[in-house]
Amino acid sequence: MNVIAIQMHFKRNLLAYIAALPMALTVFVAYMGTMFWSVRLSFSSSRMLPKNDFVGFVQYERLFNTSRWISSLENLLLIAFLFLVICFVLGFLLSIFIDQKIKAESFFRTVFLFPYAMSFIVTGLVWQWIFNPQLGVQKTVQALGWDSFQFDWIVNPDMVLYTVVIAAVWQGAGLVMALLLAGLRGIDEDLWKATKIDGIPAWRVYISIILPMLRPMIITTVVLLSISIIKMYDVVVAMTGGGPGVASEVPAKFIMDNLFERANIGIATAASTVMLTTILCLIAPFIYSNYIKKQGR
Amino acid sequence: MIKIMMLSAAISLAATPLVAKEEAEVMHWWTSGGESAAIKVLADAYEAEGGSWKDSAVAGGSNARSAAINRMIGGSPTTAALFNTSQQYHEMIAEGMLNNLDSIAISNDWDEILPKPTLDAIKVNGHYYAAPVNIHMPTWFWYSKKAFNDSGIATEPQTIDELFAALDKLKASGYIPLALGGQKWQENLLFMAVLSNVGGKQLYLDVLKKRDAKTLNSPEFHKVVDTFLKLKPYVDSGSPGRNWNDTTSLVINDKAGIQVMGDWAKGEFTQAKKRPNRDYGCFAGLGDDSLYIVGGDVFVFPKTEDKQQILAQEKLVETMLKPLTQIRFNRLKGSIPVRTDIDVSSMGRCAQLGSRILRDESRQVPDGSMLMESYRYGSVKDAITEVWNSRDMSSKKAVKILSQALQG
Repeated sequence: MNVIAIQMHFKRNLLAYIAALPMALTVFVAYMGTMFWSVRLSFSSSRMLPKNDFVGFVQYERLFNTSRWISSLENLLLIAFLFLVICFVLGFLLSIFIDQKIKAESFFRTVFLFPYAMSFIVTGLVWQWIFNPQLGVQKTVQALGWDSFQFDWIVNPDMVLYTVVIAAVWQGAGLVMALLLAGLRGIDEDLWKATKIDGIPAWRVYISIILPMLRPMIITTVVLLSISIIKMYDVVVAMTGGGPGVASEVPAKFIMDNLFERANIGIATAASTVMLTTILCLIAPFIYSNYIKKQGR
Repeated sequence: MIKIMMLSAAISLAATPLVAKEEAEVMHWWTSGGESAAIKVLADAYEAEGGSWKDSAVAGGSNARSAAINRMIGGSPTTAALFNTSQQYHEMIAEGMLNNLDSIAISNDWDEILPKPTLDAIKVNGHYYAAPVNIHMPTWFWYSKKAFNDSGIATEPQTIDELFAALDKLKASGYIPLALGGQKWQENLLFMAVLSNVGGKQLYLDVLKKRDAKTLNSPEFHKVVDTFLKLKPYVDSGSPGRNWNDTTSLVINDKAGIQVMGDWAKGEFTQAKKRPNRDYGCFAGLGDDSLYIVGGDVFVFPKTEDKQQILAQEKLVETMLKPLTQIRFNRLKGSIPVRTDIDVSSMGRCAQLGSRILRDESRQVPDGSMLMESYRYGSVKDAITEVWNSRDMSSKKAVKILSQALQG
């Protein structure tokens, strides 16, 4: 490309560049800038006030010696695994069910997607009441006469994480359904006719043919779900407050507590840097395969 | 005509700043019913002195404190900001971000009229950096008279053994013996109550201030931890996550026997139209020499060169500490006046009892937040909640977890 061509290109797109400028500035200054500043602070000795010194990995060392942080990470792993798997399976089944040209389809679609429209705080509160042994399911069933009935997961340190997963799945499955349904609708009718002629059972078609065709949708779903797991905060605060004890603590809550209540900026930024690195490692392969590799071809 | 009136109104408005009303912007987190009524007392008193009060309320203590710090770092501090009587603002003192109040403190004899723990929290290197407005005692014992009568408990327990005996009796007659909201800070209060009542003053201070290995390995501290763990069977299964006021309701409605909670719980009883000594009782600790944990709230005054603002800051301090303002304010806040030299006979029974104990210096101990940095106190609370909520926790293992947090 010679100079004139570049100039032509620039002139033609000048308006577009100007239009994109505010957003670009916001991204670079507000998002990236603060991100880098957080990373910088994680290497300082800041407590209540940001400091400008450099202490190496001291904050990280302290972070990984904190038992609450370690159990937060373990909890997050368990939640992430269960949430992803259950949400995905349930969402996929729901989308297949709705794709069967059922009656009142839009009604069911709305019903299943509706939880997603609710904030995590509301979701958390509703499920807290449902699980509360003195208000919710346990009390109701006992009132019906089944006195020995016990359902106290939310106050049981060994089971409380599953209650969080249930609430999160209830909220997230609808989104998976909507995304995958859009994908299913894009699949050619002829494909179904062809497989019918070949006599392939429907479940086989879904698993071996449809799922691979839905790849872009699945990637979007996984990325969206992963992000909501990593920033999971409000549902835990509303449901369990991290308790009983530290049984349902999550990293985002650890960060918020240290940043605000404990006035411990150093350790909070170290923790958020760890989370940022984790996210980057997770989504880098997706970004690579979807954007960079394609352009290279 | 209307135009002229508006114009003259505008002129007179523009002219008012010349009269020099000290405008004070005050940042605080007192937003609930009783709290906002209490801060209104301070605001009205300040306006009666000729100042003008600008209210900047931010819901939630930690949110309000971060907002105040951010305003200071950003270069447009408020006139005053609310903090707890603790080490929360000591880092700001070290950075030279607060104005000191030496002249007012000395002319008003703060060294004489304030309880020592409060004085220690606001006086750093010989200078006074915060104006205390009240004293909260976080570990009162509240009990239901009906539950005590039904269980045949004649007198308030005076020793830890009598407390356990009372809890057993309550359990036997079908009450929830100990009402506890299973949130981190409430479990922390319970632990502090055990530490001060079972351990005594020296151990309390050694554990929270000195934090040395010898104290933490001593049989006395083991006994404290052991006693704390022994309380667990007396708590009901609905405890985890329960709010403090829902927990107080259990005592108010005679479903539970005893709750350990700060003096602010009194507001709940009053609102439910319960009368002290008839429907409910309060005692600050076990026995006649029990300790009085001193907590509370202070206002700090960010550094400024603005003469007008400094005048406003001084006027704020003067008004807040006037005896009448103190009584009115604390009656609504549920706390007791920070000055030990004023007559409290117009306050409630529990507040009078508290004031009487407070006058005995040997019974005063500072709240944990005054004895260590916020980040350390945070990990101590984490450790306490971990110990309390783990199944089969031995006192030996518990001591180890607590020591790690205290020394870490």
